[in-house]
Amino acid sequence: MANEKKPMTTPVKPWTFDDHTNSYIRRAASTGIYDIRGGGAKRRVPHFDDLLFLGASMSRYPLEGYREKCETKIKLGTRFAKNPIELDIPITIAGMSFGALSGQAKEAIGRGASAAGTSTTTGDGGMTPEERGHSTKLVYQYLPSRYGMNPNDLRKADAIEIVVGQGAKPGGGGMLLGQKISDRVAEMRNLPKGIDQRSACRHPDWTGPDDLEIKILELREITGWKIPIYVKIGGARPYFDTTLAIKAGADVVVLDGMQGGTAATQDVFIEHVGQPTLACIRPAVKALQELGMHRKVQLILSGGIRTGADVAKALALGADAVSIGTAALIALGDNDPKWEKEYNKLGTTAGAYDDWHEGQDPAGITTQDPELSARLDPELAGRRLENYLKVMTLEAQTIARACGKNHILNLEPEDLCALTIEAAAMAEIPLSGTNWIPGKTEI
Amino acid sequence: MEKIDLATSSLRELNERLQQQSEVTNEKQWEVVNPKGAHAIAVGLNAPLELLIKGSTGYYCAGMNQHAQITVQGSVGPGVCENMMSGSVFIEGDASQYAGATGHGGLLTIKGNAASRCGISMKGINIVVHGNIGHMSAFMGQSGNLVVLGNAGDALGDSLYEARLFIRGKVSSLGADCIEKEMRPEHREILQDLLTKSGADANVADFKRYGSARKLYNFDIDNAGDY
Repeated sequence: MANEKKPMTTPVKPWTFDDHTNSYIRRAASTGIYDIRGGGAKRRVPHFDDLLFLGASMSRYPLEGYREKCETKIKLGTRFAKNPIELDIPITIAGMSFGALSGQAKEAIGRGASAAGTSTTTGDGGMTPEERGHSTKLVYQYLPSRYGMNPNDLRKADAIEIVVGQGAKPGGGGMLLGQKISDRVAEMRNLPKGIDQRSACRHPDWTGPDDLEIKILELREITGWKIPIYVKIGGARPYFDTTLAIKAGADVVVLDGMQGGTAATQDVFIEHVGQPTLACIRPAVKALQELGMHRKVQLILSGGIRTGADVAKALALGADAVSIGTAALIALGDNDPKWEKEYNKLGTTAGAYDDWHEGQDPAGITTQDPELSARLDPELAGRRLENYLKVMTLEAQTIARACGKNHILNLEPEDLCALTIEAAAMAEIPLSGTNWIPGKTEI
Repeated sequence: MEKIDLATSSLRELNERLQQQSEVTNEKQWEVVNPKGAHAIAVGLNAPLELLIKGSTGYYCAGMNQHAQITVQGSVGPGVCENMMSGSVFIEGDASQYAGATGHGGLLTIKGNAASRCGISMKGINIVVHGNIGHMSAFMGQSGNLVVLGNAGDALGDSLYEARLFIRGKVSSLGADCIEKEMRPEHREILQDLLTKSGADANVADFKRYGSARKLYNFDIDNAGDY
């Protein structure tokens, strides 16, 4: 007995101080700078996966796949613009800048989106001729920095998107760190090469919704009331922000939840500010409905859209279209396992690479390095994006037909149930197997 | 001389007629009467017109101007000449906040005072203010020149990039990373040229130059208090 080893419990790492948390503390202590990264929230939050379609049954009449039509064309900007944007599919490409992305990546996005019949969007830094040339429908972002902003490009755009906020960092400005400031990027932004470019978090010449109304008037006067004006908001207070955007005169509201990506910002911002996409949509739709503007002012939802099922669920909850950013980059080749060895050299792995701001992207997408950028074939990558957009559209159509809808916008909340109480509460959809909508109905 | 009366014509009619003028138009001289503080007057012009606005205007007068020479016989609301690309604009009265915001080029002259954030995010525009300017002027100014014959409010040139600031009067306080700099001959030359073009009666020798210390250009934890 005396020599018998005394039994011990297995070592336990604290839940509060897990390995990742400890690595965060060590990194902060060592470097003295917060962690900056690209992408959107990585934490698990209630999302479209927590919803299911009910499909047709005795009480609902499905449409025959391949034979009975399910239309996907949409119009954006029908409220005031003389020339609304007409798209073949309800999936658009979100704003991503030349600077954050390589020229090849922007070209590929333009090619893919145009082939699929949808629009692309510029980002901070202005419009490049290549981007305009390869994009059949191009939305020009009007950002607080106004880098590269000029009336000639404004008039070349098919729509203007006034960016008030974005889901990854509602209340925050942009960042493009010095590593990615090439000669061309520096020239477009009128700043010295190699310096960190901070974009302001507020617009320099208006504050609040009353001013925004006047700003929208100015932009309409400059563009002759021809093109739609979108207002993009981050998922902060979607009911009030949507209400105010509508009152300010927006043709389209773009609503971006916390899973929406960014080129670069503080990790603490991405993970701790803003609301999940699923929680944003119903308050925004409520605002539109209360003002009698649902389907008159279109709602584009973004932030974590990945599949045709996500598209269908967003539309069923009341959006008119969705927008993708991160998913489009993955379609081009971002985080592809074929670059695993190079990701390992950067201290990461395929699927987790998010140091987009450092400009060393092995896939040649989030970089300005000429050698890395040259790895991306814009035609091939564009074809991949086209395929992906078409697959998502087919998937959404499949679901819509199964729900008996001859237009994808005819999907409705009644077609859905929720798998969790949280999702039921956020999406205002009954919990599966019940009629219970937490916060709305009695159990 | 073409005359547009905003008491009888709409803003859309005004801007449409002005915007329709080409680079080689013969109808160069225009006059706007009864502006009555309307917003977005004479925005998006793209021709070498000579436009006289007889009265005060609201927000964004002469926004995104290219080539036109515009005179306002009155005061202007916020955002006059926002994002101006070229041309020249002369304000006989005062200007509200954000005058010349994000302007890329051209010359904005304000005979009176300008309120806060004059020249915010300026990107190449030249601004001459004969009176005083308010707080946070030239915030994040990237390039171009801001000349002030009077005084400047608090936090002048906060987070400044490469814009040059010439102030004759008192500066209440400088913003983060903005410092007084040596006035070299090339700066005196720029300043004299702008004073002459803007009709300012002032002596170059009375001005001080301010610019960026360039300490915030790349993040450094030891400067965290200034971000």
